Amino acid sequence: MTDISPTPAAMPRTHGLSGSLLTESPLMKSRNAAEARFRSYGIAAIVVALLTLAIMLFTILRDGTSAFFQATLSYPVLIDGAIVDKGGKADPAEMAKVTTISYARLLGDSLIKHLADKGIAVEGMTPKEVTDMISKDAPARLRDQVLADPSLVGKTINVNAFVGGRIDGYMKGRLTRESSANDSNVTPRQLDMADKMIEAGILRSKFNWSFVTAPDASDLRPEAAGLGVALIGTLYMMFLVLIFTLPIGVAASIYLEEFAPKNWFTDLIEVNISNLAAVPSIVFGILGLAIFINFAGLPASAPLVGALVITLMTLPTIIIATRASIRAVPPSIRDAALGVGASKMQTVFHHVLPLAMPGILTGTILGLASAIGETGPLLLIGMVAFVTNYPAGPLDGGFLDPASALPVQVYSWASRSDPAFIERSSGAIIVLLILLVIMNVSAILLRRRFERRW
Amino acid sequence: MSFAKITVSALAIAAAATAANARDNVQMAGSSTVLPYATIVAEAFGENFSFPTPVVEGGGSGAGRKKLCEGVGANTIDIANSSSRISKSDVETCAKNGVTEIIEVRFGYDGIVFASDIKGAEFAFTAADWYAALGANVAKDGKIVPNANKTWADVNAKLPAQDILAFIPGTKHGTREVFDIKVLEAGCKATGAYDLFVAASTGADEKAKKADAGKQCLALRTDGVSVDIDGDYTETLARIDAAKNAIGVFGLSFYQNNTDKLRVATMEGVVPTTEAIAKGDYPVSRPLFFYVKKAHIGVIPGLKEYVTFFVSDDMAGPNGPLAAYGLVADPELAATQAMVEAETPMAPLK
Repeated sequence: MTDISPTPAAMPRTHGLSGSLLTESPLMKSRNAAEARFRSYGIAAIVVALLTLAIMLFTILRDGTSAFFQATLSYPVLIDGAIVDKGGKADPAEMAKVTTISYARLLGDSLIKHLADKGIAVEGMTPKEVTDMISKDAPARLRDQVLADPSLVGKTINVNAFVGGRIDGYMKGRLTRESSANDSNVTPRQLDMADKMIEAGILRSKFNWSFVTAPDASDLRPEAAGLGVALIGTLYMMFLVLIFTLPIGVAASIYLEEFAPKNWFTDLIEVNISNLAAVPSIVFGILGLAIFINFAGLPASAPLVGALVITLMTLPTIIIATRASIRAVPPSIRDAALGVGASKMQTVFHHVLPLAMPGILTGTILGLASAIGETGPLLLIGMVAFVTNYPAGPLDGGFLDPASALPVQVYSWASRSDPAFIERSSGAIIVLLILLVIMNVSAILLRRRFERRW
Repeated sequence: MSFAKITVSALAIAAAATAANARDNVQMAGSSTVLPYATIVAEAFGENFSFPTPVVEGGGSGAGRKKLCEGVGANTIDIANSSSRISKSDVETCAKNGVTEIIEVRFGYDGIVFASDIKGAEFAFTAADWYAALGANVAKDGKIVPNANKTWADVNAKLPAQDILAFIPGTKHGTREVFDIKVLEAGCKATGAYDLFVAASTGADEKAKKADAGKQCLALRTDGVSVDIDGDYTETLARIDAAKNAIGVFGLSFYQNNTDKLRVATMEGVVPTTEAIAKGDYPVSRPLFFYVKKAHIGVIPGLKEYVTFFVSDDMAGPNGPLAAYGLVADPELAATQAMVEAETPMAPLK
């Protein structure tokens, strides 16, 4: 609080006798300088923050964008009935006995034949070196395709198969000829062949949707690994967290703000809610493991358990945000409602809650946005796992099927040994950031659209 | 009240979840060294069998075995992957929780290699060199003295005069156990420090003296020359990238996937390769295991099939995909296959 001196003359005049406002007294000078310094500190702080953000975004984008593109071989393959359907009955159950090993041979032989037809050859290259260039994932995809449509047997189809991770790395510049000389997983002849294939149009780098949709893959086939399962797991979890936190959080806040008596007990609850918001997330993971998995017997790795744990973690944040927005509704609204004869509950549900809703939604979305990147608690409930089966639909018990989550996928890819997983890890961060931006933008839009000022 | 409705339906979902206990996929957890092998097998299994793909978790050998021993039932895991053999205390915990029959499957060997930056000098180590470089107290002229070696040339005149800096796995890793026994302890004995420790020990009897000496052999110098890495090999690689004169400890398969960045050192004159390890020439190797809960066979669909598929020649054999990734195939794989077929539980540990 500033006290205004009753008379200007009462102000001590220690400097400058003239007292003109136009000439700077030494005191004035030092005050102005202090202000200028403070401003520059502020600007410096912002510059540092922005610079850090820019460096982070730059490195992530530099390392990660290449994950969305994948080198693909396309060439014709004759689906030979003698290999994939020995019985000749076109019976999928019978054909399922043929393993991916046979399909790998089919793909490899077709590639060798196609190269011979086109007259592409590299001196001294063995057939195995050629077939090793095809991703280990391709046979499985072809097998699924043929089993889904047995009428393909006997036909020649054009197959799009990923090329192995090393060749892809060569096309992306991750692997150079010099480094390949020391690399036991690729030979210089394979790189020569890749160059010739690119020239002939067999090998092309394409936008790779399957990075977003395909499930995770093992270390032998980094080129095929995708975020599908993790993305579904994260969406399931966020949906459940929303369903769990919103009613509980809003109910608790309304009660505490509008109905609860102010006494030592509600004070205690208030302090505890603030404390809970600051508890490290891993603690909730330990709690979740003990309660939901060991005691309640829920399955490990399930999005439901992940959602329950994250709910516990986000609830305090959401309660705090909700209470703040309920408190921001001016008392005059309540008084007016009560004045015209509304009951306490009618006041809350007809007037206070609708006015507080934009704030509540914003708080909830921001709470979810911070929860979406949470890895710690998921570590303990088995969601940091290799899962390649998509969880079922939400109505078919998909919430209980094993799934992964986006931040977990980042973590698990970052620790894999094949260098190709590094770009995928950064690519996963990009997808996670996009989700975050969508959530934050929608929070801002909601606030802009519905917020009322008094 | 839409809130009430939502809350009630949410609780209903949770209640339904408690009732649904059956599980149709195999679940396993454990060693991060075994993890890539398990994922490769799980992936191929899911592709070629009508069962869903098993779910593979990491977390470390010890954590996996602890989870295995939590009890029997669909909410406990079926298999624990482990890069070291199960301990007696684990087996006892298991038995206490009703997990009485465990099938021990050894599916191959893994080598531990010493590697440095690809542009750095070449190294030819012996276990004695490592002990002399990293041990807290070393033998010098028949006496125990605090380790004052600064460069590798101080340790062994044949090595390059490069500052000693080693990134070794942290104590929570199964790899550290092997490093302790096969490198430090072996080196301790080879340099004669072990005998001096025994002589200097104040233990009551011979046994206590030896145990005391064994412990002293594992004490590492604390002046920042030996750095414990608690993360994965990717972290070790990143640290070597930053400190080019460092030597790191890696799994053979990790090295084989990063041969363009790392230069491997020989150990006792042997280059680490899958062949050298299979023959037993390369000294620093260890068996890899997984432990199957027998009570779950026949209950969890696909469990027996997964285990059989894992140890089949197509997977764990010398020409299979696991060997391509860096696994050293077990010469006694046929015996393991027969054991898995007969579902023989492991004999009590001595």
